[in-house]
Amino acid sequence: MYKLMKKSMNQKLILSAVSCLTAGFFNSAAANEFEVRGNIELQGRFFVEDALFPTQHDTYFSLAAAPEFFWSWNDGNDSFEFVPSARIDQHDDERTHSDIRELSWIHVGDDWESRIGVRRVFWGVTEFQHLVDIINQSDSVEDVDNEDKLGQPMVNLSLVNDWGIIDFYVLPYFRERTFAGDEGRPGLPIINADTAFYESSDEEDHVDWAVRWAHSIGDYEIGVSWFEGTSRDPLLIQSPLQNVVPELVPFYQQISQLGFELQANIEDALWKLEIIHNDNNREDFWALQGGIEYSQYGVMDSNADLGWLVEIAWDERGDDGPSTFQNDVFFGSRLALNDVDSTEVLAGLSYDLDFKSTSFLVEASRRFGDSLKVSLDVRLFESDEPQDPAYLIRRDDHIQLTAQYYY
Amino acid sequence: MKLLQVGLLTLSSMLAFSSPVFAGEAEDKGLAISKESKNRDLGWRDSQAEMEMLLKNQHGETSTRQMKIKSMEQENDGDKSLTIFNSPNDVKGTAFLSFSHPTTNDEQWLYLPALKRVKRISSRNKSGSFMGSEFSFEDLTSFEIEKYDYKYIKDETINGVDCWVVEQYPRDKYSGYKRRVVWIDKAEYRTQKTDFYDRKNTLLKTLTFSQYNQYVNKYWRASQLEMVNHQSGKSTLLTWKNYQFQKGLDEKDFNKNALKRAR
Repeated sequence: MYKLMKKSMNQKLILSAVSCLTAGFFNSAAANEFEVRGNIELQGRFFVEDALFPTQHDTYFSLAAAPEFFWSWNDGNDSFEFVPSARIDQHDDERTHSDIRELSWIHVGDDWESRIGVRRVFWGVTEFQHLVDIINQSDSVEDVDNEDKLGQPMVNLSLVNDWGIIDFYVLPYFRERTFAGDEGRPGLPIINADTAFYESSDEEDHVDWAVRWAHSIGDYEIGVSWFEGTSRDPLLIQSPLQNVVPELVPFYQQISQLGFELQANIEDALWKLEIIHNDNNREDFWALQGGIEYSQYGVMDSNADLGWLVEIAWDERGDDGPSTFQNDVFFGSRLALNDVDSTEVLAGLSYDLDFKSTSFLVEASRRFGDSLKVSLDVRLFESDEPQDPAYLIRRDDHIQLTAQYYY
Repeated sequence: MKLLQVGLLTLSSMLAFSSPVFAGEAEDKGLAISKESKNRDLGWRDSQAEMEMLLKNQHGETSTRQMKIKSMEQENDGDKSLTIFNSPNDVKGTAFLSFSHPTTNDEQWLYLPALKRVKRISSRNKSGSFMGSEFSFEDLTSFEIEKYDYKYIKDETINGVDCWVVEQYPRDKYSGYKRRVVWIDKAEYRTQKTDFYDRKNTLLKTLTFSQYNQYVNKYWRASQLEMVNHQSGKSTLLTWKNYQFQKGLDEKDFNKNALKRAR
């Protein structure tokens, strides 16, 4: 579906057809509501060092849009959401892409809820890495932080009980991770994501399933989840195809993953922990991410809030495993001025204890007027160890300036 | 003695002077007035309304925040509320779920629509600014008797309304205030004005309630609340619109699933 979407030049047609159809249907229902919102964004990325690969550039501009259409009827007990997203990048053919983030029907019963269609779902409690979050594939060309997700087709039934919320998911189609193209930066032109390889002969048609129980008990938030199906995290393997130039291709394993999440709000601190156990045919492993968040409110007799974060990451597969965060420590600080323009600055640092490599980021944003938000991001990567996955992006330090118009 | 000095300043307090208040009596009277004020507001079951905040900084620059608030009364517990932000445009869809408790920690969750993430946030954020306004989180949570100690100060007429003046001392050590001084009218037990004193016992903010309307023949709600910060010169004007009571909201409108689909 994604590949089809990518090639489709008739995106606008599909979009208007869907909205006409659905609007026509819903107009017959009583007490219906229709709402449109979203944003349009212009972004520039400026790289300060010479590129590692000759195909890469120093300056990238891109334009993106993500409108959100929302209908509700039956007193709000039924609703329909449609969120397409698209980006056009000046150089990177793979970052020029579109996706359906949401296209789903939600029905609310007394103590249950069904959600059918393409959706995004977030699981987890930690900030620097999301180990437990597994339903959606990362849209990793959008940003280096992998926070952007591709829409996942699903049937989701959610049951609300006194002892917590339990969610069942059937996931009938798999989405491949997006990777930067030859000209993309940060990116590795040696990765060819045009052909993906799968452990299952069903490939992307393998039907995955998952279940999660989540509950709040006093000052504690607890979640336990189980996932069975195609790993969202590909292994990058030497292409089995006989290519002239050696290249890496994504390989998607079949896995069973147990996830555990815990957040404890004790006094002024939020303690956060995520643990996974991944069972697969290659190398079973445990991994964890955990730490503390502490906030000060109204610092220096002002309205400003200042937050502090420390987290650690550990992965049993160690420094020769595929995880970037196998033995890392993270520090973060977030300043929110709480002014009229919602000025915020976030600084984060991650340090790899095995490879002694560092990555550093600053994200600053504020609003101009009512609808324009401008963000300035600085990302610096430093690595001297060829075995370290971060070594390949060591020259990708960049400044990113984004202007988003919201409506 | 302090009480007498304050009392002598106003004419209305002459009444208090003529029937002197003994130690313990002021506390009891303060508690009784606050209790009656709370009692008169019991039984509203559920409500929903739209709220607009007009933020004004010391240079006169303004900015608005719009939100929808649904609340539900709980038996023998604090209220549950769901706040859905509608403006500025970049925070549209952000929603805030709060379970207020009289004696234990409040429970609060924030929904971030861009990440589809529900975050349990720290209920210690009492004194933090709500959406950049002069209202802090604790100014907006439901009033519960157990959250304060009380002391009746005097009678006073403000804007032609005859009031009792009661001091309220927050019991929570995370409160941003040393005390609040509340003017409660004698006719309907409605709060007319509140002075907030910071931890150093300096006057920080004044909140003025105006344009009271009565709903379902019982519950009074002010349509305008103006908070002025005396220390920073900033202010926030909060306007309530389209109040609706007893429309049948229930528990399923106040859980984490409801938070995720809040519009």
